[in-house]
Amino acid sequence: MNIQFREQTDSVAPLTVKTAIADCDIHPARATRTELYPYLAKRWQHHLEVYGVHAYQGMMEGPPYPKAQPNASRRDAYPPEGGPQGSSLSFMQKQLLDPNNVQLGVLNPLNTGQGIRNHELSAALCSAINDWQIDKWTSKDKRLKASIVVGNEDGLSAAAEIRERAGDRNFVQVLLLSRNVEPLGQRRYWPIYQAAEEAGLPVGVHAFGFGGNPITPSGWPSYYIEEMVGHSQCQQSALASLVLEGVFERFPKLKMVMIEAGFGWAPSLAWRLDKVWQRLRSEVPHVKRPPSEYIREQVWWTTQPMEDPERREDLFDVIKWIGWDRLLFATDYPHWDYDEPSRVLPAGVSEANREAFYLGNAKKLYGIA
Amino acid sequence: MARHVIAPVDELPPGTRKFLEIDGRPIAVFNIKGEYFGLMNRCPHQGAALCEGPLIGLAQSSEPGEIEYTKLGEIIRCPWHGWEFDIRTGQSYCDPRRFRVKAYPAHVEPGASVVKGPYVAETIPVKVESDYVVVEL
Ligand code: FES
Repeated sequence: MNIQFREQTDSVAPLTVKTAIADCDIHPARATRTELYPYLAKRWQHHLEVYGVHAYQGMMEGPPYPKAQPNASRRDAYPPEGGPQGSSLSFMQKQLLDPNNVQLGVLNPLNTGQGIRNHELSAALCSAINDWQIDKWTSKDKRLKASIVVGNEDGLSAAAEIRERAGDRNFVQVLLLSRNVEPLGQRRYWPIYQAAEEAGLPVGVHAFGFGGNPITPSGWPSYYIEEMVGHSQCQQSALASLVLEGVFERFPKLKMVMIEAGFGWAPSLAWRLDKVWQRLRSEVPHVKRPPSEYIREQVWWTTQPMEDPERREDLFDVIKWIGWDRLLFATDYPHWDYDEPSRVLPAGVSEANREAFYLGNAKKLYGIA
Repeated sequence: MARHVIAPVDELPPGTRKFLEIDGRPIAVFNIKGEYFGLMNRCPHQGAALCEGPLIGLAQSSEPGEIEYTKLGEIIRCPWHGWEFDIRTGQSYCDPRRFRVKAYPAHVEPGASVVKGPYVAETIPVKVESDYVVVEL
């Protein structure tokens, strides 16, 4: 009998040949506060040092609690060379990409320049984040693809950023957050949808944001657990707004991806929308078809946090309504509510559906050969 | 059940833990105020290296507004999704009926008895005059 000793467990799984997957929600972080400076004009570096940023929401870094784990991240995700979780490409490769055989990883940076009151600063920071994503991540690992971060509250500058990046295959989607100054269907955001549609890029709506509105529709809650649940409520109102303001009708080729807010609520929201639309359609005559039709044709969903009902049949019923071709697997690495690819999908899924769930849908949506 | 010598006592002082692999199984052994506990280092939820999480206490409430915080340093919190387990028993607190993590008895044995066996200690040179932390599995 042999006993092997190690200083610390190697929490990185051994490299085995696993089925290839896409991970549609990875959060790269900056190692230092000033890591973006090389991509920012001197004028904005100076501005940041002297004035900082003013968000619509008082607490720019998010409400001041650690969010379940430090930096809301897995405790085993600190890079060995130091810096916050998610800030090291080599460690991300070792801990996430290689052992899980990630063939496509979509980067969604958070705490960027979105939701900042100074729109010029917001645009400059978003553009810097996009340059940084290419320099530090996508050019160094071809599996990784970036999301175009845009200054969402100024539709025009956001559209300009999208047009500038259009055609650059380092980018595969446009990134918005779910909590904005107004619900996402409002006209101020339309230039974003127009530019994305023209560029053939899906628009991802990630949970979170700094629009100044409370985390839940009934105000600021006492507990973090309420925020976790609030993400899905927030995305429901964003999606209702997109349908009812006629965004899908106006931009029929637009594809939206709902990121990190679950998907179990999708059928009931659509049923409810359809029902009230039958009765109140004259208020919104620009919504020409039942809301559920737009949702099923133009919306995709990332899986993390994956719904986990006691009866797996319940999960399959929901997915059947949404469509096995609409789900995009995501881990949310390095965040603490990370989903382990080999453990999220219950048994009883056909080979074709598994393949679509883990890889095929994402490759198709993001146009990856 | 085999008994494995995993370290001389002074290499595992109070407040520390040791990670090792025995027969291909990832194991963690803790010294908490002189008491030793062994646990399988794999979370039954999604497989994280469970014992790399923090040791916390147990927050319980008999009614809203009343919070009791007990078992200080005896609950391990998974580094991923935060499920809590009692390191004495391996019992989980989120769903005790369905989930537990295997607990392995650990304690101290004098070198004299370790030398006599039936302990497995191939990689540790054992001296009669020292004490050793031993885990059973
Ligand atoms: S892996 Fe431990 S709580 Fe999920």
